[in-house]
Amino acid sequence: MISRRDFLQVSMAASALLGASGFGSWSRLAAQQALTQDQLLQFDTFGNVSLIHVTDIHAQLKPLYFREPSVNLGVGGNKGAVPHVTGADFRKLYGIDDGSPSHYALSSGDFAALAGMYGKVGGMDRVATVINAIRADRPDALLLDGGDTWHGSYTCLKTEGQDMVNVMNALKPDAMTFHWEFTLGSARVQELVEGLPFAALGQNIFDAEWDEPAELFKPYEFYETGGVKVAVIGQAFPYMPIANPGWMFPEYSFGIRDEHMQQMVDEVRAQGAELVVCLSHNGFDVDKKMAGVVKGIDVILTGHTHDALPEPVLVGETILIASGSNGKFVSRVDLDVRDGRMMGFRHKLIPIFADVITPDAEVAALIDEQRAPFEAEMSEVIGQTEGLLYRRGNFNGTWDDLICDALLSERDAQIAMSPGVRWGPSLVPGQDITREDIFNVTSMSYGKAYRSEMTGEFIKVILEDVADNIFNPDPYYQQGGDMVRIGGMGYRIDVSKPQGERISEMTLLATGEPIDPAKSYVVAGWASVNEGTEGPQIWDVVESHISKLGTVPPIDRDSVTVTGT
Amino acid sequence: MQITRRDTLALGLGAAALTILPFRVNAAADDKIAEFTGGADTSGTGLTLTAPEIAENGNTVPISVSAPGATAILVLATGNPTPGVATFTFGPLAGSQDASTRIRLAGTQDVVAIAKMADGSFAKASSTVKVTIGGCGG
Repeated sequence: MISRRDFLQVSMAASALLGASGFGSWSRLAAQQALTQDQLLQFDTFGNVSLIHVTDIHAQLKPLYFREPSVNLGVGGNKGAVPHVTGADFRKLYGIDDGSPSHYALSSGDFAALAGMYGKVGGMDRVATVINAIRADRPDALLLDGGDTWHGSYTCLKTEGQDMVNVMNALKPDAMTFHWEFTLGSARVQELVEGLPFAALGQNIFDAEWDEPAELFKPYEFYETGGVKVAVIGQAFPYMPIANPGWMFPEYSFGIRDEHMQQMVDEVRAQGAELVVCLSHNGFDVDKKMAGVVKGIDVILTGHTHDALPEPVLVGETILIASGSNGKFVSRVDLDVRDGRMMGFRHKLIPIFADVITPDAEVAALIDEQRAPFEAEMSEVIGQTEGLLYRRGNFNGTWDDLICDALLSERDAQIAMSPGVRWGPSLVPGQDITREDIFNVTSMSYGKAYRSEMTGEFIKVILEDVADNIFNPDPYYQQGGDMVRIGGMGYRIDVSKPQGERISEMTLLATGEPIDPAKSYVVAGWASVNEGTEGPQIWDVVESHISKLGTVPPIDRDSVTVTGT
Repeated sequence: MQITRRDTLALGLGAAALTILPFRVNAAADDKIAEFTGGADTSGTGLTLTAPEIAENGNTVPISVSAPGATAILVLATGNPTPGVATFTFGPLAGSQDASTRIRLAGTQDVVAIAKMADGSFAKASSTVKVTIGGCGG
């Protein structure tokens, strides 16, 4: 169905942006000057249906810096496959020139220098401009939001998601699915979902007591667009009560439920759907496996694992689209649907360069309105950073090193643990650290920083358990996210081994002594999924630490040794 | 991460040690299967076992079995100290040969179902259910 030629016609952001390759700073500057909104939006409208995909915005309304990971290991059948290709290898794979805008937007390496040239990315007012431009080409394009929208910022936490609902409603999505939204608690989720002027979808959101589809969420919705009957099936994050505190939404059960997904696909096809789109928060590898198990899905709009891929990935006759996170990208997918089937596609991952794309004035004003009541407290400068602060990567990031340092010193602990989440923007060297910046990497409804004693043996159990959630060779057993970040302790990990055999050489960094399985250590951490966790909020712990430091020196840790890659 | 002092105490050392490795198949599970099949081959088809890949709560894991035309279905949690979960028997007037229940799993293990078909043949299905301490989702 999809020929190699079609694939070649897929226009990559890189070629649209730059044309000829450039070397050295002269060409870099030239590239920067050549970057225009028209080039970013350039797209030869194709076929009869357009999909617009945004996902994992994590409540980032304003432009930001976001460094993509340099370490993102694939295991089993996904070893070395996208999205588990990073840095220079990623650029080589997609033919992206070093120093180009696509290098900066899509891959790691030289981040701070390129950030200085190309500036911030994202901003929902810029995203609005892109969506409006696509709608000018194709008025009935479908806008689909993959979830993780109502979580991740100061204003989102304080308004319990209302700021994001207000702004997203202005963009007029057609459907949405969910993950972190549920950490607002089921009562608040119900209140917000009932007020949405678009479909709230999740074929795998079940009533926990009766093990039947939950009434509040429809499994799918039909749309008529371009004379085509399109079905959009929602797939919420499957491991919500495991990865996040289930006690906050005890009424619901999730899971992948691929057999139910197949039933839904068959059901919508029987009702005349000519195009079946899955709006998913499974994570890329889980979606890739599901695409091979469930027959009849034309397009999977993936989410959760925050991958940004400049080309679709094909599994059989299903195309997978990965649109990044934090408002950094918008995907446009044009499809030719004839005689009840998808005959071809054209795709572009549009990077939202904040200095290049003109903000939509209406949405910009709406964003300012959401922020106004909190502006004074949010903008307070707590300190400065001399180095790059970032989070993404399988094992550590400088933001998490700083958070672990804060836990160790403020909570007087020997070992610190910080969750391996993938949200949280970056700060470039020399930037002020505001209270808002701290909330961007810590805000959540269960942010209390606990302090407890754990034996060396139990710490190993935790590390093995989390490692298996990332490096289990079967994607259906992966929860997404990265390895729990550890402060005060080093270890060695062989990602190719089974659970129980991956972690070794655990060492207490303060003394250089091996961790004794029988001995107890004082451990501080945050984001416990257990009810009744006690301690100060993590953002207060981090703020106190940064204000004492004043200036945060560059952080360069190397306490995790990785093998088996 | 997610471990409070209370949990640490509740889990205790024994439990913690057990969590590291997927549970071994209990020998009693093989005995149960042999008892049910009389040692017959279990290569038949027509049995569907539905279980979550990762349990949301290891203490109450929803599973279901379906085998149109079966006269009985045996369900085993092969890693539990007592692997027997249930044997569902279907009489000739049964409208369907489906059953659902919730089971308690002591740790990550294979849940196994064996259906005895009307013609005396047997079908087997197996599913690995992971029991995890959770936390840390992206």
